[in-house]
Amino acid sequence: MPEFVLDIQNLRKEFGANVAVRGLSLQVQRSEVFGFLGPNGAGKTTSIKMLLGLIAPTSGTASLLGAPLGDRAARARIGFLPEHFRFHDWLSAQEFLTVHGQLYGMPPATLARRIPELLDRVGLMPFKNKQLRTYSKGMLQRVGLAQALLNNPELVFLDEPTSGLDPVGRRLVRDIIHELRAQGAAVFLNSHLLSEVEITCDRVAFIKHGEVVRVSDLKTLAEGETSVSIRACGLTPEIAAGLAQWGRDIRLDSDAGRLQTLTLAISAEEALPVINQYLVAHGVQVYALTPQRLSLEELFIQIVGTDGGL
Amino acid sequence: MATFIIMRLTFREAVRRKIVLAALLLGLAFLVFYSLGFYFIITNMQGMPAGAASVLARTEAYNFLFMAGMYAVTFLSIVMAALISADTLAGEIGTGTIQTLVTKPVRRAEIVLGKWLGFGGLLALYLMLMAGGITASVWLQCHYLADNWLAGIGLIYLESLIIMTFTLMCSSMLSTLATGGVVFGLYGLAFIGGWVEQFGSFVTTFGRPGGTQGLEAAHAAVNVGIVSSLIFPVEVMWKRAAYEMTTPLLRSVGFSPFSAPSVPSLLMIVYAAVYLVVTLVVAVRRFSQRDL
Repeated sequence: MPEFVLDIQNLRKEFGANVAVRGLSLQVQRSEVFGFLGPNGAGKTTSIKMLLGLIAPTSGTASLLGAPLGDRAARARIGFLPEHFRFHDWLSAQEFLTVHGQLYGMPPATLARRIPELLDRVGLMPFKNKQLRTYSKGMLQRVGLAQALLNNPELVFLDEPTSGLDPVGRRLVRDIIHELRAQGAAVFLNSHLLSEVEITCDRVAFIKHGEVVRVSDLKTLAEGETSVSIRACGLTPEIAAGLAQWGRDIRLDSDAGRLQTLTLAISAEEALPVINQYLVAHGVQVYALTPQRLSLEELFIQIVGTDGGL
Repeated sequence: MATFIIMRLTFREAVRRKIVLAALLLGLAFLVFYSLGFYFIITNMQGMPAGAASVLARTEAYNFLFMAGMYAVTFLSIVMAALISADTLAGEIGTGTIQTLVTKPVRRAEIVLGKWLGFGGLLALYLMLMAGGITASVWLQCHYLADNWLAGIGLIYLESLIIMTFTLMCSSMLSTLATGGVVFGLYGLAFIGGWVEQFGSFVTTFGRPGGTQGLEAAHAAVNVGIVSSLIFPVEVMWKRAAYEMTTPLLRSVGFSPFSAPSVPSLLMIVYAAVYLVVTLVVAVRRFSQRDL
C-alpha cells in the first residue's frame, strides 16, 4: 500500500507561451479531505485534468494510488465529478449510472445493488427513470456525484461539487465527503466556497499562478492565527506592552468609557489562561476574553492576495 | 468491452434523439415516392410493341430507373454519414461530456472505435432500408434485378463509411462546424473531379475535337479526376458501383449517365479500403493524444 494516495512532483503545463501550472508538488494521504484553493485562473482545473489524464503535462510526474499518471487500472479505483459537467442528457439517471458502471468494469450484479443504493443516497430514487434533460441543475449535480461514487473509489476528485446546490444539497455533499473519509477514501476537493472547505477539509493547498503557495493543516492554521479581544477595566499602555511576550499586533482602544478594548494576535490558544492570570495579577478587571479565529476567507486573502491571480 | 458499451450508447443516442425515427419515416416516404414514380413510368411503357428489341429496351429502362434511385440513395447516405458523426467527438469535447467517459478505466481508442462501430451499424441499417427498398421495389414491380447489385450496394456502403470515418477524424481535432465544412468541401472537390474526369474520358474515347492539343487537355482532365479520387476516394466508389450495376450493353459501350468510360480499377477500391483504415487510425491517434 502506498504511503500517499496522491503524490505530485513538479507538475507543469504550458499552453504555448502561457504557463497554466508552473510546478505543482503536493501529497495527499489516505482518509484525508484535501482542499485545493486558489483564485480564478490559478491552474486548479488544469491540475486536476492532468491528474486524471485528460491533458498531458509538459513536465513533472505524479502517482495516483501508487500508479503513474494515466494508468488505466488505477482509474477503476478513482472517482471524478468534473466542473460544469454535462452528461448524455437523453439517458435516465438509472441508465446513465448503468453505462458509467459498465465503463468502470463493474459486474451487473454489483451494479444492480449499487445503483439503487446511490440513487437513494443522493435523493433521486423517485426520478430514476426520468431523462436527465428534465433535471434541474441541482439534480444533475447529485447524479454526477452518484456517478463519481459508483465504484467505491479510494480517491475522489470533486471539482466545485456544491456549485448549483441549495443548502440541503450542500449539506448532502458535506455528509458524503465525511462518509468517504470514514471509509478510508481520500477526497481532493476544488471549491470556491471557503466556508464549505473550512468545514470539510483536513488540509488545504493555496495555489497561485500555478504553484503551491502554502499547504496548511486547517486546524493548526486556524489556531496559529487566533486573534484575541479583551474587554477590561484598568488597562494601561504599560500593562498592554507586557503582553508582547505572548502575542503581537497589540492594540489598545482607550476611549470607550469605563471599559477598554485590547486586541492582539496569539500563536497558540494555550496563551489565553496565562494572559488572563497576567492581567488579574496587574489589577486589571477582566470582563471578557474572546479568542476569534481568522476565517479561511481572511486567510485566503492574506495568502493569495486580493489581485485575484488574473 | 468498453468498445461495445460505447457502440450501444451510440445506437441508443440515435434512437433517443429521434435520428432513427426521422430516417425511417423519411426513408419510407422516399421509397413510396420512388415506387409510385417507377409504377407510372412502367405503366406508360406497356404500350411498347413486343419482341426482342422491346425486352432490351425495357431492361435498359428498368436499369436506368434503378440507377437513378441508387444515385439518390448514395447522396442521401453520404449526407447521413457526415451528419451523424460530425458532432460526436467535437460536441462532446466542447460540452465536457467526454470527461467522465475518458476518465473511466478505458482506452480512448475504445471510445473512438465504439462510436465508429455504432455509426457503421446505423449506416448499414440505413442503406439496407434505402438501397434494399429500391432493389425490392424494382424487383416486385417488374422482376428486374440489376447485375452485381449486392456488390454495388457494398461499394456505396464503403463510400459512406469513408465519409463517416473522415468526418470522425476531423471531429477529433476540429469544431463541429469546421468538420462539416472540411468534409463537404472535400466531397465537392471529389464530385467535381469526377465530372471533369468523365468529360475527359468521354473525349478521349469518343471524340477528337481539338486535335492533339485537345487530346492532351482531355488526358489532363482525366488526371484531375484521378487526383481528386486519391485525395478523397468517395465519388469514385459510386462510379465503380454504377459500372458494376449497369446493364451489360452499357457496360460494353463503356458509357452511361451514371458512370465514366474510364472505369475505376479494383486497385482504386483497395486504395479506398486502405484510406478508410488509415483515416480511422489517425482519428484514434489524434483523439488519444489531444488535451481534453
